Amino acid sequence: MFKITAKASVSAGIILHNLIDPTKNALLTRLMRRVHFTAAELPRPLAPSALHDRYENGVITVAGVHPNVGLEQEQEQTARVRLQRGFKLHRLSEGPDTMVSLTQAEAVRYYRQMKAIRQIEAAANRLYKERMVRGFCHLYTGQEACAVGMRAVMRPEDSIISAYRVHGWAYLMGLSAQGVLAELTGRRSGCSCGKGGSMHMYAPNFYGGNGIVGAQVSLGAGVALASKYRQNGGVCLALYGDGAANQGQVFESFNMAALWQLPIVFVCENNNYGMGTSAERAACNTRYYTRGDVLPGIWVDGMDVLAVRSATEYAIEFAQNRGPLLLELCTYRYGGHSLSDPGTSYRSREEVKEVRRKSDAINRFRELCLDYGLQSQEQLEEIDAEVQTEVQNAVKVARSDEELAPQYLWADVYAQNIEPRLRSVYGYDLMHARSKPT
Amino acid sequence: MFAWGVNCRNIRQHNMKVSVNLARGLFNALKTAPPALARSHFTYYPTTATSDKGDLQKMNMFQAINQAMDIALDEDPSALLFGEDVGFGGVFRCSMNLRDKYGKQRVFNTPLCEQGIAGFAIGVANAGATAIAEIQFADYIFPAFDQIVNEAAKYRYRSGGMYDCGSLTIRAPCGAVGHGALYHSQSPEAYFAHTPGLKVVIPRGPIKAKGLLLACIKDPNPCIVFEPKTLYRAAVEQVPTGVYTSELGKADILREGNDVTLIGWGTQVHVLLEVADLAKKELNVDCEVIDLVSILPWDRDTVCNSASKTGRVVVAHEAPYTQGFGSELAAYIQEKCFLRLEAPVKRVTGWDTPFPHVFEPFYLPDKHRCLAAVKDIVNY
Repeated sequence: MFKITAKASVSAGIILHNLIDPTKNALLTRLMRRVHFTAAELPRPLAPSALHDRYENGVITVAGVHPNVGLEQEQEQTARVRLQRGFKLHRLSEGPDTMVSLTQAEAVRYYRQMKAIRQIEAAANRLYKERMVRGFCHLYTGQEACAVGMRAVMRPEDSIISAYRVHGWAYLMGLSAQGVLAELTGRRSGCSCGKGGSMHMYAPNFYGGNGIVGAQVSLGAGVALASKYRQNGGVCLALYGDGAANQGQVFESFNMAALWQLPIVFVCENNNYGMGTSAERAACNTRYYTRGDVLPGIWVDGMDVLAVRSATEYAIEFAQNRGPLLLELCTYRYGGHSLSDPGTSYRSREEVKEVRRKSDAINRFRELCLDYGLQSQEQLEEIDAEVQTEVQNAVKVARSDEELAPQYLWADVYAQNIEPRLRSVYGYDLMHARSKPT
Repeated sequence: MFAWGVNCRNIRQHNMKVSVNLARGLFNALKTAPPALARSHFTYYPTTATSDKGDLQKMNMFQAINQAMDIALDEDPSALLFGEDVGFGGVFRCSMNLRDKYGKQRVFNTPLCEQGIAGFAIGVANAGATAIAEIQFADYIFPAFDQIVNEAAKYRYRSGGMYDCGSLTIRAPCGAVGHGALYHSQSPEAYFAHTPGLKVVIPRGPIKAKGLLLACIKDPNPCIVFEPKTLYRAAVEQVPTGVYTSELGKADILREGNDVTLIGWGTQVHVLLEVADLAKKELNVDCEVIDLVSILPWDRDTVCNSASKTGRVVVAHEAPYTQGFGSELAAYIQEKCFLRLEAPVKRVTGWDTPFPHVFEPFYLPDKHRCLAAVKDIVNY
């Protein structure tokens, strides 16, 4: 039921776009654009009261609809932008384009997505300080450009896997803000029904959300092999951080990917600190894009969403046709490693402020949009307000929704037991269940 | 016989209902209570120091461990301490000030590579230096599992005594902490108990932590110390400031009793002490509480003597039920003390699921479930 509703409303929007001439009716176009651009272009999820006992959550599948479909019609304004910083290449003679185009629609979308992620992380921070969110909470604040840039060129058949700093990715891969925040507070409408929490969020083609760093890279290699086997042209983006880049299993994955020519892009999100250890103190070679040895690599300015987009586009095409490669996104996180880490015992406040001032991804993109005339100040403020309302509503639900019943403690351990019950203290009497319908 | 069997089943069903009702009550209480209620499931029972090794100083568990490592690094010039983030003091502050005192050559950070840390530590120990390796959370010990089980445990055996990594000690924080979820709450002692060649210990408080760590460092076998992370701050005792060691392989009887033996380790010991108080008050049952302390080798004599005395044994641990260390205890006790047992050995443990996120209060073997088990075993 969800899938039909989602597809129908997006298709309706596309059809309307095609029928009405955008150049003649700017107001109507802007109103219609809302059909596309709420909740990262996906319809709002149902309110919790509409969810029935099978615990359908905020995950909405929009399979087969590429974010860019239907928007080629808008030819209002396209800017040609030269990227501020170039790329550094390892074992490549030519790299991604440094002259990129940006349409008005894309500008709105990227700005909106980055702003939404920033707001969701701020909301998560507030909820954590109020102890509504417990456990470990790793925020993506500052690194939004990486996720938004990569997502912009991912096709429906591509997949992504990352470690635990995934609230932003969960949002971009189709969860609503409610799906993310309710999962943080451990409620039913969260994406994993509250069973995973901050570190374990999943969505279609988004394999999480994994606790043990480095382990997800080998999983990504497996996902890439499956895509190759199924011949669907899909590429897997396997993300890891500068800390995890020193794990042995990452190098094992490089070797396997190169041997079997897997369609995988290894992405190192280098935010310069592995928890409290700066990259130079943890790695003998901090040029992470070269650590694939025979695998080619590209260094990208991770605070520039257009640079990330250009590099990812190049990388996806490369991975499909010429083999695996590495991307290193040089980025920065403003917060600490997690919310129990103030983030100032291993770096100075001035450093954080400096980065925020000079290279904040959202501010840079905002200025770019204004400079190239793609958006006006009012339009940007409108988007800000929209995003704020969306996140506020999500926070309301995250606070008030109910939790899974205790019986779901022993659900989802197996696909199905030979005996349908799990062992408890008194015998086999814990009824094994599944919290989502198969 | 038939009547007896029927009686047992009814009691079992009744007690299952009791536990579920207790759980339901707890759930309802938690729903309306402020989050602080769910913070810890135990009350800490301090131990009084019996040794006369130096003045007593009030300290918590991470300070006691810090002092133990200070002593070890001081006494043994070849001792090294390394792990992720130990340089600035460690995520639990166990290695505060040690780098300043002993220098970066002896106290240093490693990159994020548990398998590398373990392998490196084994090499250091083989060459004769003392290695104290820290794995940041016991949940992350699994990449190092191969090194510990296949290399460290078997080195002396396969080289016929020519090489050994006896001066290796691995420290890892383990156990539930209230909000750890799947990957910051595990208790992996059972996996390592299955490996001859290792020694595994779990302290219950600062005095024990300091003594056990010093004993492990001096012990000529590779040792693993699992420190319950929730006790790092919560456990405060008057700890002797001198040098002392606790005996490895020796269990402590914390409370004498005649009716039921309660066996646990780490944080669970404190839950069981509270259960013993409650049992005395509500059920008029006299419980003997044993802290096993050492998982491998474990103190068979103390446990079997106690089991023979009381005839009823309840084992409690946080790790899952199937193949948790309680199963080894139950198997051995019934083998050696069968005719003196009045009831089968009962185990109160975590469920056979991964350690949950929001369901932690229902997963842990808290005082309600343990008390229900005591009631059940007394009425067997």
